[in-house]
Amino acid sequence: MKTNITVNSKIVEAEKGEKVLDVLLRNGIRIPTLCNLKDMIPTGACRMCLVENEVNGKLFTSCSYPVEDNMKIRTHSPRVLNARKTIIELLLSNHPDDCLYCPRNLNCELQSLATEMGIDRKKIYGKKNKFNSDYSSQSIVRNPDKCILCGRCVRVCEDVIGVSCIDFINRGSFTTIGTTFNKGLNTSSCVNCGQCLVVCPTAAITEKSSTEPVLAALNNPDLKVVVQYAPAISVSIAEEFGLPVGTDMNGVLNAALRKIGFDYVFDTSFTADLTIMEEVAELIDRIVNNKTLPMITSCCPAWIKYAEEFYPDLLKNVSSCKSPQQMMGAIIKSYFAKFEEIKPEKIFSVSVMPCTAKKFEAQREEFTSKGISDVDAVLTTRELVKLINQYGIDITNIDPELTDSPFLKRTSAGKIFAASGGVMEAAIRTAYYSLTGKELSKYKINETRGPNKIKKFNISIDDINLNFAVINGLGNAKGVLDDIRKGKSEYQFIEIMTCPGGCIAGGGQLINSKKDKTLKRANTLYEIDENDSTKASHQNFQIKRLYENFLENPMSHFSHDLLHTSYIERDVIL
Amino acid sequence: MHIITMENQVKLILEKHGKVKRDSLIPILQEIQEAEGYLSEAAIVEVGTSMKIPASKIYGVATFYNQFRFSPKGKYNILVCRGTACHVLGSSTVLKEIEKYLKIKAGQTSKDGLFSIEVVACIGACGLAPVICINGEFHAKVTSESIKKIIDNYRNFNINEN
Ligand code: SF4
Ligand code: SF4
Ligand code: FES
Repeated sequence: MKTNITVNSKIVEAEKGEKVLDVLLRNGIRIPTLCNLKDMIPTGACRMCLVENEVNGKLFTSCSYPVEDNMKIRTHSPRVLNARKTIIELLLSNHPDDCLYCPRNLNCELQSLATEMGIDRKKIYGKKNKFNSDYSSQSIVRNPDKCILCGRCVRVCEDVIGVSCIDFINRGSFTTIGTTFNKGLNTSSCVNCGQCLVVCPTAAITEKSSTEPVLAALNNPDLKVVVQYAPAISVSIAEEFGLPVGTDMNGVLNAALRKIGFDYVFDTSFTADLTIMEEVAELIDRIVNNKTLPMITSCCPAWIKYAEEFYPDLLKNVSSCKSPQQMMGAIIKSYFAKFEEIKPEKIFSVSVMPCTAKKFEAQREEFTSKGISDVDAVLTTRELVKLINQYGIDITNIDPELTDSPFLKRTSAGKIFAASGGVMEAAIRTAYYSLTGKELSKYKINETRGPNKIKKFNISIDDINLNFAVINGLGNAKGVLDDIRKGKSEYQFIEIMTCPGGCIAGGGQLINSKKDKTLKRANTLYEIDENDSTKASHQNFQIKRLYENFLENPMSHFSHDLLHTSYIERDVIL
Repeated sequence: MHIITMENQVKLILEKHGKVKRDSLIPILQEIQEAEGYLSEAAIVEVGTSMKIPASKIYGVATFYNQFRFSPKGKYNILVCRGTACHVLGSSTVLKEIEKYLKIKAGQTSKDGLFSIEVVACIGACGLAPVICINGEFHAKVTSESIKKIIDNYRNFNINEN
């Protein structure tokens, strides 16, 4: 029901019951918030969003307070401003104050709020936080000294990811965010998705950086340094260089990576195509030979860890295909090494991923043979951008280049892996061809696209009726997985991506909570797909050549050794 | 004799509560602590699994309350009274001194398992303030100096005993 409320002496239209904060934001009034998270139930914990009720003079939190008839509020009265300022001053009172050396310097909500509130000196002196940092995880570093206890990480981990390995522990001034028994994150059920660090307003949660080993390798004349970048990267960095969000930087990215000093540059979309060849062969084998179904995708390392912990009995449902990152890693140190006549141990293989869990994935035992890992270091999008800046590369002013042989060609099917539903869409295009010998008349499969949490649909190929589901956000997987456990699943094939939106919204992406970039990035991907002349992985002539020269066939003995793996139950604190 | 293992103990308590709702979490934790002397990691995980609550949440709730401890009590459990009378006569210094001497904090147990410290609101022996109580023996009007001697005595006693 519509109603009118008075905001700063102006009449403003509002919906009764909606949150006051939403009305204010809609009307061009910026209100600082800390604990508030879009699309989630407000907790009213930080009190940053206080506004004043003009009638009774009381301050209330606009993020959690519903609109009432005849409300009269002031958003920037002296009392309000004073209260907000004091909150920030209190948050700063025990803060380490080492901004200059902080990974979130110039990209920190606490810092910008302090500036916004006009705080120019320390007024309240408290005892500085002195907790132990947690470096135990391969992906995530926790530094509780910088935590302002907004609780965003806890809520994302529970509600969006469905893991819940961290919570508030202790109380009063001893309160901190921690795991069970405050042990290292590596003993917990954390799946390394990094969604907590993306929402963290400060540097209390950051990634484990791999920049140093990469720089060392680049400066080592004995090593050939090879880099691959995920399908999401080229559409995810533009805004950092002043270009519109979602701009595709593909060719320029290749050039920039070469300028940094990488000897060979590859696009992981190539092995996304390869993944499709293997995964579709596996799916058809499972369907035709009555093996375990539904099959679930295995590209997302956060989902894999989750399965190992929470659903070990369903690991047989998970595709045995390595992820595109690991497939690329494996063929770089085998096929490519042979092709270029370089010893595998002289190759340092780097990947640039929109993901923190890929760091964990790269160091898994399964992906190391004879002491040589398939992938030696994983950089996130954030770390890549830092490198580009450090090397003084003006990305808006360089000429695009191609990736290197022998993996020059990618199809747009491999590219759309970066969006939720992309793996599914690419797989269906090739599965159709494999089963019928014909190409789809229309490659676009609308049902796989878009922001819905679970995308279910059904397609008949020849006389086989197939049910598919795309799980967009790990927190939405439980129901579908429980059904499989109970033997009640109707699906043949399920895609699971941990981060809502897919890799374009991954935990390794640039942090800026103010803008929602997922949609724009997805649109660019689908535009690329629209304009591409090869839209299905099996049409990639270099993939064909790879099979002819090296792998023989999908699921062959060779591919099995190189491109497939298996997982076992993981013992962690649940 | 029938030996009840810790695991069974926790299971029995959970069973006794039947189909548990979240409200019964605190009573369940209390009973486990009563039976085991503390909340072990295994116990917390067990409660979590059976109540379908992540272990981190249970640990979070449990650490909110002072009454729960997470390591077994030491052979000698030192109760430090922090009631008003003791406070006025310097019990906070006494506590700090004990913590420093044993290199542990209240709620923790020394590495050798010999001592643990527990803070209590008022033992009801205000006349003896500041007072501590070790395994039922009261020590009156303790000071920063006397406390070390008292602790050393227990330590020596333990050595002689073995
Ligand atoms: S990385 Fe993901 S699973 Fe781990 S604590 Fe953060 S949100 Fe939870
Ligand atoms: S770690 Fe970050 S997101 Fe989590 S409560 Fe602290 S400040 Fe908030
Ligand atoms: S944003 Fe409203 S209370 Fe934190």
